[in-house]
Amino acid sequence: MKLTGAAHLVGEHIDTDAIIPAPYLVTTDPAELGKHCMEGLEPGWNTRLAKGDFIVAGRNFGCGSSREHAPVAILGAGVSVVIAHSYARIFYRNSFNMGLPLLEVGDDISRIQDGDPLEVDIVTGQILNKRTGETITAQPVPPFMQEILNAGGLVNYVKQRLTA
Amino acid sequence: MRHAVAHTLAMKLLQAASDEVIKEAGQIVRCRVSLVLANDITAPLAIKSFRKMGAATVFDKTKVALVMDHFTPNKDIASAEQVRGVREFAQEQDILHYYEGGDCGVEHALLPELGLVGPGDVVVGADSHTCTYGGLCAFATGMGSTDIAGAMALGETWFKVPQTIYVQIDGELAPYVGAKDLILHTIGKTGVDGARYKALEFGGGTVAALSVEGRMTMANMAIEAGGKAGLFPADAKTLAYAKAHGHAATQEIWPDAGAPYDEIITIDAGSLSPQVACPHLPDNVRGVDELAAEHIVVNQSVIGSCTNGRIEDLREAAAILKGRKVKKTVRCVVLPATPNIWTQALREGLLETFMEAGCIVGPPTCGPCLGGHMGILAKGERAIATTNRNFKGRMGHLESEVYLSSPSLAAAAAVAGEIVHPASL
Ligand code: SF4
Repeated sequence: MKLTGAAHLVGEHIDTDAIIPAPYLVTTDPAELGKHCMEGLEPGWNTRLAKGDFIVAGRNFGCGSSREHAPVAILGAGVSVVIAHSYARIFYRNSFNMGLPLLEVGDDISRIQDGDPLEVDIVTGQILNKRTGETITAQPVPPFMQEILNAGGLVNYVKQRLTA
Repeated sequence: MRHAVAHTLAMKLLQAASDEVIKEAGQIVRCRVSLVLANDITAPLAIKSFRKMGAATVFDKTKVALVMDHFTPNKDIASAEQVRGVREFAQEQDILHYYEGGDCGVEHALLPELGLVGPGDVVVGADSHTCTYGGLCAFATGMGSTDIAGAMALGETWFKVPQTIYVQIDGELAPYVGAKDLILHTIGKTGVDGARYKALEFGGGTVAALSVEGRMTMANMAIEAGGKAGLFPADAKTLAYAKAHGHAATQEIWPDAGAPYDEIITIDAGSLSPQVACPHLPDNVRGVDELAAEHIVVNQSVIGSCTNGRIEDLREAAAILKGRKVKKTVRCVVLPATPNIWTQALREGLLETFMEAGCIVGPPTCGPCLGGHMGILAKGERAIATTNRNFKGRMGHLESEVYLSSPSLAAAAAVAGEIVHPASL
């Protein structure tokens, strides 16, 4: 499946307090959390997003707290995929569990600029930058994470185990 | 138990909870968990996922802890509603370890005190500072709510066996230098993602000399280096702590000789001055001597949290504040981390010292640590705090600043109105 949208660049070590500040953690509603997505980086940041756009980040995206509200807020804001140099561990695990696809591309992240139109294939991990015509390939998803994705996320994975 | 391959502490602890043979880092293993934890922010999402999974009951009602500590006492209607939902779930599931009222404290200070975590345990919590229990030689790590819901339903979870960075710390600490300075210095060396996907394991003479509480202060901040766990061996001190708090562990736990470390960091503790993490990342660490020259004025000093809200932290702060006054321009907020610590501080006269100095003594709560309540910063305000994160906006307005330090430095700054070496007061 190919997804198209624009790249929105954020920096390195973007923490979960930046993604969704603590005062908003009094709800679990995706739409409500989505309204405040990246507010800890810049108030009103989410208003630049069109549905299906991409967050493009530097190193260690999602560091900090274990709040699952972070991937939920990103999904709630309408982002389809996050592309980063690398991810913090808890955020990485949470995103797969919540059904937010992440692509990890290492140093190739520098080949994407703010506003670039991208075409992303989350199955093959191919990212086409339509401005430059270049294609970047993301690192493959670890087999165990793939199993969870194949089961339709962790909720279904556990459901299958409970009924087995 | 002897293994075919030498094990790091992380491998050893995971092995004891798994039926699969652990051969190397990177392997994915399923492990039984000894305790599953969630708080007032993360439990509501975990319960939502638990229901969606179609789970009827938790795997063991004595092995789930729900601690309503972040916004306690509930700061507004929305947080009260969240807690009500968790309370109803706890009642329905007959959860033994549910804490909300006068028995509630900051989760990572509360659970060790209650003997619910200890040497050899595998603990998962929907809170990133679950790694605190590594100070007691438990393999403990933070996860998201849905992972925690899975663990609550199944009594097990999966882990990627982490690589380990071994941190060897030797040397005698100078006055006013302690566990917090050691961990801030370590994070300054590794960077905030230096231990990403890895475990930190601590050893050496300085570590052996630290109290178990001090080790928990250090393990607490392993996540600030990106680490999955921060582990200390279980020695005689750890076992004495476990016994005193009613935990069943009786065996020392050490890494195997020749364990496969990914990297070794050595720290000469004798040469360290008190350390401060400057805005806006915990690895932006500098010595206090250098900072004092810059006369960094603070509006607030926070002494508490899961990092430094234990009794020895309060004693350390009180030693500085005794007979002195908090500067008129500073709010000094002291939050003993649990009701027990609060009572002990009362008995020891520490609370009196704080009140006479002009501090604000509050209830056990996370409160300002995450910008929740009880000490929020205005635009342009600056705080020094014994907490663990100084991300942009963590304690209030996006244009406020947080400096992280030990209790003695936070107390000294409250008196001086700026960041100073306590010896200079
Ligand atoms: S005291 Fe701070 S870091 Fe610790 S659990 Fe509470 S909010 Fe998290």
